[in-house]
Parts: sequence; structure tokens; C-alpha cells
Amino acid sequence: MTINWSDYSPADFYDELYSSIGNPRKPARRLVGFLKSLRDDEIEQRRQAAEASIREMGVTFTVYTEEGNIDRAWPFDIIPRTIAKKQWDKTAAGLKQRLQALNLFIDDIYHEQRILKDGVVPDYIIKQSKNFRPECVGVSPPFGVWAHICGTDLVRDKDGEFYVLEDNLRVPSGVAYMLENRAITKRVLPDLFEKIHIEPVNDYCERLFDMLSSLSPRKVKQPVVVVLTPGIYNSAYFEHAFLAQQMGAELVEGSDLVVQDDCVFMKTVAGLERVDVIYRRIDDIYLDPEVFNPDSVLGVPGLMRAWRAGNVGMANAPGAGVADDKVVYAYVPQIIRYYLDQDPIVPNVETFLCFDEKQREYVLANLDKLVVKPANESGGYGMLIGPHATKKDRTEFAELIKANPRNYIAQPTLALSTAPTLIGNHLEPRHLDLRPFVLQSSDIYVTTGGLTRVAMRKGSLVVNSSQGGGSKDTWVVDTEVNI
Amino acid sequence: MLSKVAERVYWTARYIERVENTARLVAVYTNLLLDLPKGVNLGWYNLVALSSLESTFTDRYKVQDERNVVKFLLADEKNPVSVVSSLNILRENVRTTRDVVPVETWELINELSIFVNENSTKALNRGQRHDCLEGIIRGCQRINGLLYGTMTHDEAWDFLRLGRNLERADMTTRLLDAGCAAILQTESHEGAVNSRQIIWGNVLRSVGGEQSYRRKLRSAVQGCEVARYLLEDPQFPRTIQHCLAAIADSAAKLPRCEPVSKGIKSLQARVFKEVNYEDLGAPMREYLNSLQVEMGQLHSTFAKQWFN
Repeated sequence: MTINWSDYSPADFYDELYSSIGNPRKPARRLVGFLKSLRDDEIEQRRQAAEASIREMGVTFTVYTEEGNIDRAWPFDIIPRTIAKKQWDKTAAGLKQRLQALNLFIDDIYHEQRILKDGVVPDYIIKQSKNFRPECVGVSPPFGVWAHICGTDLVRDKDGEFYVLEDNLRVPSGVAYMLENRAITKRVLPDLFEKIHIEPVNDYCERLFDMLSSLSPRKVKQPVVVVLTPGIYNSAYFEHAFLAQQMGAELVEGSDLVVQDDCVFMKTVAGLERVDVIYRRIDDIYLDPEVFNPDSVLGVPGLMRAWRAGNVGMANAPGAGVADDKVVYAYVPQIIRYYLDQDPIVPNVETFLCFDEKQREYVLANLDKLVVKPANESGGYGMLIGPHATKKDRTEFAELIKANPRNYIAQPTLALSTAPTLIGNHLEPRHLDLRPFVLQSSDIYVTTGGLTRVAMRKGSLVVNSSQGGGSKDTWVVDTEVNI
Repeated sequence: MLSKVAERVYWTARYIERVENTARLVAVYTNLLLDLPKGVNLGWYNLVALSSLESTFTDRYKVQDERNVVKFLLADEKNPVSVVSSLNILRENVRTTRDVVPVETWELINELSIFVNENSTKALNRGQRHDCLEGIIRGCQRINGLLYGTMTHDEAWDFLRLGRNLERADMTTRLLDAGCAAILQTESHEGAVNSRQIIWGNVLRSVGGEQSYRRKLRSAVQGCEVARYLLEDPQFPRTIQHCLAAIADSAAKLPRCEPVSKGIKSLQARVFKEVNYEDLGAPMREYLNSLQVEMGQLHSTFAKQWFN
């Protein structure tokens, strides 16, 4: 079989590139036109060039189940995914609105808890939250912002609308891959960047650095910013190193830092040097063995003291994860209305809370149609995809839900959008999602597009790279501009 | 600069140097065996002894032949200083210090790693060995070239320079030692005079110093002159003299350097006092061995001052 753009059929789903067989959408027209003009061997040559770039650039990720293999090459499909700029601008506004509201919520939760007192959000959300940190109560981080870096998972349903699937407010990863995807695409499809107005993505690291600098407690010209990583065996180590390098920040592990007199220092060849801001890529519970997990060797004893005393900036702030909870997620539309007095711009996916008796009954009766997720997991672990699960799995899950209803939510199985993907030597539709990244401190910023993750297995909806997902470059295309 | 990063950068340079030198060593040895008169029996196992790896080798191989020795030095992951192992460690070091070396370093090291993985078995046959070794040496030179051309001369640079020159000096003592050992082994043979010339010529070649030696001395290759040249010449970049000067220079630019600088100065003052160029046998080998010990001590003073 050969690559045939005229026959490509997205079946019943919303396809990112094609509105119907033979009809590319407007933002994708030049792209498809160009790819069509290439012979199969030329496409293959570019695919191989992409693979070689990935190996040479050392773009890798780690799969925990594969012992000893800490770098698997990043799976990448060379056909970009396109989004019209007009639609993107609206979505970006929605993402900003959402993160602003979530930060107001977190700040409220660690102070007066007005939203609970007003009965807008039930207080069990906090009482039973795994990510609520009593140690953070009363702390006032700069600008009232707790979640400085947010990776929001968006999906497109059949109707072509973007929906928010998840807010990742703890230590979201993937942005380095977004940047590398673009770098690879520029290498293998350079011809297109001249012909199409593709919005650039490469200012992210500067924006990240500016945001982090703004958290510095010392008002100095060049605050010392560090990226705190758990080390090379972490699945996102590649990204930690990448971001540190791009920002010109030090990449440190816990053992490189010490706390003295409630200030954080790093061990350098010239002795101890004061640290102003920590971009931490370690979960809350490993941050400080004095306060959280006493066995943690990844963290730094005394870090929480220093942060609470306002002597070091930390992103994301400890405790920010309280809003990264799928039950809180269900209330985000109310949260937006409560704090901002606005209607949500980007909608949520319909969500059933198993804690609520009526909703739980509905969930248990419809397990074969729903996706059930634990409230506090990430990476796609511990979910049940009803329509694809066995009867035995469903029965087991029903028991889990009954035993701990607070910990589960359910959502209808979405008809995730697709895009043409090179499988072997022909095109097939594959499902995908989108993770844009939002930065907030005194200012707020959204990446243009984000990281597109693709479920490489036929029919699969699981896009996580740890579970066989791949990715594509994401183009926000301005179709109003004529070049 | 972070102590840990300094240490990794320092080792990065050492491993780049080690990879290049190992490839050079195998290349030169291959040549040497072709040049020596028939009947002169110089074993490949010398290369193992030279790197003080006898026990690691005997654990893994029964036969001390060319194929096994070359495999051991280039492609054996169980040998901690083989080219393949060195590159693995090198990659880990660069992976964790990407923020202080030029961006392309990581790509070049990946390229070299890929090259070695795909080509190291070719080196087992003499027919294809040259291409493989040449590829490795060029790969290292590209990395060093990149560093020379684009790296800013900050602390990381000086740590690289410390590592590079210490490893180089250590390797030069080992190459000289290899020459002395070969001479001792071929002494009884009737073509000994001939062999000597060939051996010392190859020692020079192994450090890429044949041409500069000839230009400087304008005379035939002689053992004692080669030894003096490789130890004391201030201009050729792989001599002990030159490496120590580079180490002293870089150390002096680093913070809290006083104890280290003091140690280097005292070593520079005494290092060539005891050497006797008249006898390149056992006394010379002993001297070279003591030099290696000095290098080890130098490393310890770096570690104590900057890496802890």
C-alpha cells in the first residue's frame, strides 16, 4: 500500500486535518498539498531524517517498566497537527481564565476557605484530599499564585470543540517535547515554514525564566534560579535538563542544596551560594524530609521552612496540587463563576462524582459506557475504560468505587479527534489530545498550541508516552495571513 | 558552579581523552606489529597490562590473542574503561551537565555513541579496523573542536581543561611505558636495533607527535630523546611538561585554588629531577609508575578542594 491522501478517511470522528474524504480543513490545506506532492520515498526519507534527529538530539523518555533502559527514543509522527489561530486564541483565553480562577481557589483554600463556607464547593473535597497540605495553611506566596506552571489536557470531541480533560498543577511535564517536536519538524519539513504562517513556540523558556525570576525574594538583577530534579532515573529527566539548559539555570538534585538559617544554598566550587528560586520537579511529599516523607533522599531538609519564611521562591508552590484533583475538576466551572464572575470559555467534559449517591448509582449502572478515573493519579494509571474493559475488570472496579467513592470520578467515553498518522507506509487516523502549558505569576502566558500526544495503537485512546503514545508537532496556523 | 557539575565536567574531559587515546593505542599497535621484523614476538596482551587491567581481562577471556584484546579494549561493556563503557559514562556525564557545555556537545556525543555501537565489531578484523578507529578519533576531535571553538572560558572550561590534561599526562606515561616494555621484550632478538627504532617511532606516532619531534630535534628517532621529548617538551600538547603547565594555569583560575596550586608547583619543581634517560629499562618504568601515582594524587587534591 502507498500513501494516498485522497483516500484517507477519518471515519466517524472529528479529524484535525480533514473535514471529509479528500477535503483538508483550511489550516491544513497547504500542508496536505505539500505532503501530497512528495513521493513515498521522499516521505520515507523525511521520516528517517526525523528519527535520526531524535537519536542525535538524544530526545528520550523513560518507561519505568523497562528496567535498565532509561532512554527510549521519543516516538514522533512527522505529519503535523494543525489548529486555526482564531480558534486557538479563544481557547488560550479560556486557559488563562481557568488558571487564574484555580489560583484564586488554592489561595482561598489555604486562607479563609470562603468558597467552602459559601457552599459553592463541598468541604469534603478538602477534608479528604490527598493533596491538601496543612503545612501550607496561611502561607502567602508572591502574587497569590500557587500553580505557576499548568499543563492542561485538552481533547476535541465529535463536535470539534475543545474540552478540558484535566488540569495538571503539580509537576506537569511535556513542554520540552513540544519544543523538540518543533525543532525536528523544522529540520525535516523546512520548506513548509516559508509557505505557511506557523506561530512560533520557542519563546516558552524565556517566559518560564521570567516567571521564575519574578518569584525571587531578593530583588537582585540576576536571581539564582535552579531546576530541582529527582535525577536521571526520573521519566522526565530529559526535560529537566533541557529546561535548565535553555534557561541558563542550574540543574540540581536535593544533595546539591542545603538550608541554613532558613535560606537555601547550593554547594558550588566556590563554597555555598544562595538560591532564590526553585523550579522543583519533585512531588510535594519528597520535597522536605523534615516535614513530609522522612525517608526522602530526593528532597532538602528545611526547604519548607525556607519557603514559608519567604526566603526562597518555589514553583509550583507546595500544596498547589489541592486543585489538581479530578473531583475539584468537576467544580471548576463553578469556581470560575465564583471568583471571576465569568462564564467558562473552555468547557469541562461532563463528569460524574462517585461521592454523590445518585451520580454513583448512574456510574455503577453504566460502567460499560464510561471512563472511570481515580481522583489523584496521573499518567493514565489506574483507569477503567469501560467500553474496552472486560466484565471482570468492571466488576473489580465497581468494588473499588464502592469502597472509596471520594476517590473516583467517571466521564462519558469521548470520541477523541483523530489526525492522519504514518503507520508503516500508509496513512491511518489515530486519536490524539493536546497539552498546552500556562504560566502565571504577575503575568499570564499560554503556549501557542502545545504538545500533541497520539495514541499510536489503532483505536486506542491512551496517549501517554509511558503507555505507547507518540506525538506530533502542533501548528497554530494563521489562515488570515497571506504570504 | 555546582561542585557536582564541576566533577562531571572534569570526568567528561577525561573520558573523551580516554576514548581517543584507546583508539590511538590500538591503531598504533596494529601498525607496530606489521612493521616489526618477522620473528619478533610482541603480544597484544601488553595493551591490557599497560592499562593495569590484567585481572578484569583474565576473568573474561582465556586466550590472550589479538581479537580478544581488541574486543576487550573497544567493545566490551564489562571492561569499565573500554571505549564503549567510557562512552556510556561520558553520555551520562554530558546528559547531566548539558547546561554548562555547548548545546551541540550532546548531539556529537550521541553521534559518536551511535557510530561506536554500529561499528565497534568491525574493528575486530584488521581489514576494517582502521576505518572504525579513525571514526572514533575523529569523533573525539570533533567534540574537542566544538569545545575549543564555542565554549566560553568559564569555570566549566577550566574543569574540562584539568580533566583533559590530567588524563593526557597519565596516558603519555603509559605509552612511554609500553615502549620500554616492548624494548625489553625484543632485546634478545637479533633484529633488536631495528626494532628499537620502529618501537620508538610508533610511541611518538601514538601521541601524534612524530612530525613535531622531527622538526624540533632534526635527528633520527632515538629512545632517550623520545622519552625526554614526551616528558619535558614545553610545546607539544601531550607532554608531561605541557600538561602540568595547563593544569597549573587552569587551577589558578578556579576559586579556592591555593592548596591545589601549591601542590602542582611543588610537583613541577621536582618532577624531572630524578629521571635517568640513559637507561630506559626497569628504572625508567619505575619512574613512569611513580609519575602515575603523582597524577592520582593530583586528582585527589582536586576532588578534595572542589568536588566534595
